Amino acid sequence: MRTKDLVATAISNTFRSKLRTTLTVLAIFVGAFTLTLTNAVGAGVSQYVDAQVGALGSPDVFIITQASDATAAGDGPVKYDAASSASVSSQQGPPGTTTKALTDADLATIGDTAGIVSVDPIRSVQPDYIEYDSGTPYEFSINATSAVTTADLTAGAQLDGGATETQLMLPDTFVAPLGFASAEDAVGASVSIGITDILGERHVVDATVVGVSLESLLAAGAGANDALIAELADAQSGGIDTAVTSYGVAVAHFDTALSADAVTALKGDLATAGYSASTIEDQLGAVQTVINGIVGVLNAFAVIALIAAAFGIINTLLMSVQERTREIGLMKAMGMSGGKVYTLFSLEAIVIGFLGSAIGAGVAIGLGSALSAVLSQGLLSGLPGLNILLFEPLSVAFVIGLVMLIAFLSGTLPAQRAAKQNPIESLRYE
Amino acid sequence: MDSEWVIDAQGLEKSYGSGASRFDALKGVSVQIAPGETVAIVGKSGSGKSTLMHLLALLDQPDQGTLQVAGKDAKSLSKRAVNELRNKEFGFVFQQFFLTPNVSVLDNVILPLKIAGMGGKERRRRGMEVLEQLELADKAGNKATTLSGGQKQRVVIGRALVNAPRVIFADEPTGNLDTATGAVVEDILFDLNRSQGITLVIVTHDEELAARCDRQIYIRDGLVVSHATSTHTGAHTLTTAGGAA
Repeated sequence: MRTKDLVATAISNTFRSKLRTTLTVLAIFVGAFTLTLTNAVGAGVSQYVDAQVGALGSPDVFIITQASDATAAGDGPVKYDAASSASVSSQQGPPGTTTKALTDADLATIGDTAGIVSVDPIRSVQPDYIEYDSGTPYEFSINATSAVTTADLTAGAQLDGGATETQLMLPDTFVAPLGFASAEDAVGASVSIGITDILGERHVVDATVVGVSLESLLAAGAGANDALIAELADAQSGGIDTAVTSYGVAVAHFDTALSADAVTALKGDLATAGYSASTIEDQLGAVQTVINGIVGVLNAFAVIALIAAAFGIINTLLMSVQERTREIGLMKAMGMSGGKVYTLFSLEAIVIGFLGSAIGAGVAIGLGSALSAVLSQGLLSGLPGLNILLFEPLSVAFVIGLVMLIAFLSGTLPAQRAAKQNPIESLRYE
Repeated sequence: MDSEWVIDAQGLEKSYGSGASRFDALKGVSVQIAPGETVAIVGKSGSGKSTLMHLLALLDQPDQGTLQVAGKDAKSLSKRAVNELRNKEFGFVFQQFFLTPNVSVLDNVILPLKIAGMGGKERRRRGMEVLEQLELADKAGNKATTLSGGQKQRVVIGRALVNAPRVIFADEPTGNLDTATGAVVEDILFDLNRSQGITLVIVTHDEELAARCDRQIYIRDGLVVSHATSTHTGAHTLTTAGGAA
């Protein structure tokens, strides 16, 4: 029997007992529908987190701090050492901890490490307000690491780190309040940033808006390029040289050509030198793990539904083999080999699996897309850029493939039974 | 000499079960069938006539004895070769129709060709040819379940005929039909034998049908009890006397 004929026969056999096939397909439908949705949630949230990671920093960036002293609880207070004990309270370290400061000498050491292309200290500035065209001033803050981030743009361009011009990346929530008609309208405008220096005197620094970005969960505030940060920092220091230059955190770019292993090795080198280096990925690893865990649990439920459906397939096909005993016997008497009979019933299982999964995935995509659109306007409107259900063609194809595989495995037992049937026994009528 | 016979069986034995429940269906049967011959295997139910047909048609294997089909030893044939032989050389007509319901008459008829792997167009052509021959061409698109008993049995004959077999095995071909339609079906079978030279092996307990065959082999309790040659033909003489091997 030709493969084409086998497939055609399997398909037409599937529809012979319509009610039974429909019920079995429904059971698979539920599993495939759930699995497609949970996968889509995982993909949607992952994509959102990835975008947030992008907002937080480029992939070729280390966040470097002094390695914290491993002071065990029982060791008592550590003796003061003028050379190493300068600490700064920093927003960049984990909450409630104090990060030991990095000095210019440290920066030089880090910069000299093989594989590091450049190293820049993060200088945090606290502006008071932003105003456009002498309108209403609004409180706002600047994300200290914005010089190395990739913003989720809605208009304009990314910040140019090397530019001498002072550039600002405006969060899109500021567009309307500042008096711009649209995000495009804001690009190119000159805004004024107010800042108070350490002596209490107010300064105003002008900056050009080069882009408008979606607000990010993980890196709040506006973005500023190096020139703007330097100018703001100078204004903030009030012209006073603070003598000891110390920074909580430095950002180091490493060679983008490095492999993952080389990056790990580089981290080791920095650790031996006494610095703790972590990539953005490292910092977000925990978040990703939690999300993957939740999606994994949801997927497990869907797979349980599919396993239940698999028993439905077994049952359906066993009944089918029982009913078609005579037909199988006749085909075998006419010279159809056991292998072909096996293939025929396996194909029927796969057809049932395909029907259930294709319909399930299709309905999930239709319903999910509608739901996603409604949610992003309503419940999830506070998280711009979040597409809660993201249907990736590859993962949908994977779900359909997986269900067909499960269906094939379920069909094994009934198909084997059919293949082993003795034509004489099957055709006995006395 | 051997290839003169389309089927040459010597000393066939077959038993089912074991121990106390052992049942010897055949106790050493030798049968030779020449090409173009019509042979009736006659016996009561339980005599072993159906078992004999199953062995001759290669649907089952004998415990003892040798079987040659078209000069080839059945034992030496691979499973695949046996399947192919049944598919290409044999046609089957059973007492029950075993038609696939909800499938068209034509699709029922071309099932052996489908199994053989013939292309769709050629299959259709051959199927229609056979249906025309059996005056069923107008029913080709009908579902098999909508036909009368006689029409169904004609479809079954069409199915047995479509692969242009050398031998048609018919197990009680008229057992399920009334006398008039049974006679029509018989006529068709014997006509095929005359016009196309197809060998007929008919298993029956119907003496009248058996009498229409060239030769009758009477089976009782697993043994051939007598051979008879109908008077209307003298082409083939009785070759073996029955009895335990």
